[in-house]
Amino acid sequence: MSTAIAIEPPARESSPSGLSVGNHPSAGVRTCETTGLPVCLTAQQFIRLNAVIAVVALLAGGVAALLVGLTRWPTVHLLDPVWYYRLVTFHGLNMLIFWILFMEIGILYFAATTLLNTRLFSKSLAWTSFAMMLSGAVLVDVTILLGKADVMMTSYVPLKAHSNFYLGIILVAVGTLIGVGNFFGTLYIAKRDKTYIGSVPLVVFGATAAAIIAVVTLLHGAIVMIPTWLWSLDVIKHVDAGWYRLIWWGLGHQSQQVNVCAMVSVWYMLGTITTGAKPINQAVCRGAFVLYILFINLASAHHLLVDPGVGASWKIWNTSYAMYLAVLASMIHGFTVPASVEVAMRKKGHNRGLFGWLAAAPWKNPGFSAFFLSLLIFGFIGGITGVTLGTQQINILAHNTLRIPGHFHSTVVGGTSLAFMGLAYYVVPLIFKREFYARGLARIQPYIFAVGIVIMSLGMSFAGSYGVPRRHWDVQFAGAQFAAGFGSGAHVMLGIMGVGVVLAFVGLITFVLLVVAAVFFGKKIENRPMTAW
Amino acid sequence: MSIHVPEETWFKPPSGAERTWIGLALAWCLVLSIMMPYWHFKGKQNSTGDSYSVTPTAFGARVEQFVKTNKVGETNGIPIVEPSPGGDAYLQAQMWRWYPVLKLKEGQTYRLHVSSMDLQHGFSLLPMNMNFQVLPGYDHVLTITPTIKGEYSIVCNEFCGIGHHLMTGKIVVE
Repeated sequence: MSTAIAIEPPARESSPSGLSVGNHPSAGVRTCETTGLPVCLTAQQFIRLNAVIAVVALLAGGVAALLVGLTRWPTVHLLDPVWYYRLVTFHGLNMLIFWILFMEIGILYFAATTLLNTRLFSKSLAWTSFAMMLSGAVLVDVTILLGKADVMMTSYVPLKAHSNFYLGIILVAVGTLIGVGNFFGTLYIAKRDKTYIGSVPLVVFGATAAAIIAVVTLLHGAIVMIPTWLWSLDVIKHVDAGWYRLIWWGLGHQSQQVNVCAMVSVWYMLGTITTGAKPINQAVCRGAFVLYILFINLASAHHLLVDPGVGASWKIWNTSYAMYLAVLASMIHGFTVPASVEVAMRKKGHNRGLFGWLAAAPWKNPGFSAFFLSLLIFGFIGGITGVTLGTQQINILAHNTLRIPGHFHSTVVGGTSLAFMGLAYYVVPLIFKREFYARGLARIQPYIFAVGIVIMSLGMSFAGSYGVPRRHWDVQFAGAQFAAGFGSGAHVMLGIMGVGVVLAFVGLITFVLLVVAAVFFGKKIENRPMTAW
Repeated sequence: MSIHVPEETWFKPPSGAERTWIGLALAWCLVLSIMMPYWHFKGKQNSTGDSYSVTPTAFGARVEQFVKTNKVGETNGIPIVEPSPGGDAYLQAQMWRWYPVLKLKEGQTYRLHVSSMDLQHGFSLLPMNMNFQVLPGYDHVLTITPTIKGEYSIVCNEFCGIGHHLMTGKIVVE
């Protein structure tokens, strides 16, 4: 391949009608030497800022993950209970909230500006968003590490943290909302200034779906977090535990669907960049994103399947009626994404047998391998366990056991985080304009991480199926009033989980080191395309 | 191209393999949607979500009354209580114990009231592996019929502070 990226532009784009010229101020845009796409320089600055903070959060959360994982491995049992519970809280917030939200704001800015050939709506909004998110994240992390917020990520009332913990979360949420607003503003000016003709590209459509769900999610966050913050300041006397759970999961579950939308958009983007894939039928892909927007909120109910306060018919209606339409959306993407890769590969002549196209795929390109492994892990492990655990009959066997983290580590880590890592293998050369060192290591990094996460998730899931609780320091219950514990089967599974944790951490730290080395010390890419993967 | 503006006529109905797949996926989703309510009523294994509002103080008083009336012994400083078959049984969750120890009869049906005196707790019955959420302010009523004799432990699987992993209890079925 002579050029780094094999994107064949559609016929219409090579003969742009006079309208499609962008709306950039002078010296506010550059043309990417690799892809030929326009890059808004303001957006580029904020994509860089958000990506750097995201990777810092990933590193912090990753170190916590290793320590927590080694504590859950009974043979090692590393931390004392105080630091175990503290770091579970720290890990959850840094990974699930900070790493992912900062990445997503970067993705939204990229999708809107570069793919629609427009400038970013507002630089001051971008600064406000970034400053609020960053100060909120620092406030939360410091509060946790000072030992003032050992409440887990869910902070279920009446378990009370220091008020700064809730304030930090509110700052992050409002900052994110402002960033999302900036994205919508950018869509608006692109439309107004006619910087593109026709419908927005699929990736922008998916990012918009993510942004819409994010607004609903963050409103739930405001409804639940502001009273809880006031309660922590003794302004409000009482926050009901059942009410908190109901609204909190409107935040907690929906935010995962923001991640799914962002991840699927990244799949489509990496599919196109790495193999030239083209969706077979855009109406189908877009329809599936609409299903997410319409139906995912009701599915939050599956977190309350064994709760008091909400009745059986409420639980069944919300989980059976609407959840499966959101599942349908994932089933559709799970077909259309690999199908588009297959079509592209067959077009290039890789026609041998049923899977010749897959064998011939660019597996040495970390952008491709991370994307495709993310698709497989999300679909086959994350998706299937998710639908299973969301069933009332099975939830009773799984609620608050390790089966739950076993499930969501294969959706949000093996799926979303891995896809974002794949994206980074293009963001660094194309947006930071730096070459990677140790390219051989980069080629195997997605595999190390993916295998680690799969082993870890399976270990967790099977240990959980014996009833091993999540967020629990000592499953041997030493010193408890009544003896309890688990057989050797559960302990073997916890050991397998531990091995997976170590392997996944090796994959994670490799990723962080590669990215840091490239961003700060990598060879500059000026006036030339990136070196092809 | 998913990163470029699509052709003008992108809106077309699905066809071929894609159409077949959507049909199969939709059919499977419908099967799942029907199975959950069907098995709730047919299988009779799930809680009906029976619950009542109660203050921790009022619930604590009921538990004390229940213990005083039905106490049959003591173990590890915790009373063993045998509710009348077919009647109400009470279990109180608090940092960090399940109170009292319940002694139940095989094949009898009980209304088990579970609530918390302080934080949220997780009722996890082992080795059966049955799990319920326990909230302060909510009297969660579980209609249960023990079918296998033996000693069962209850552990807490909702984080409830630094002693969370020490919170265990016991149910005996005779």
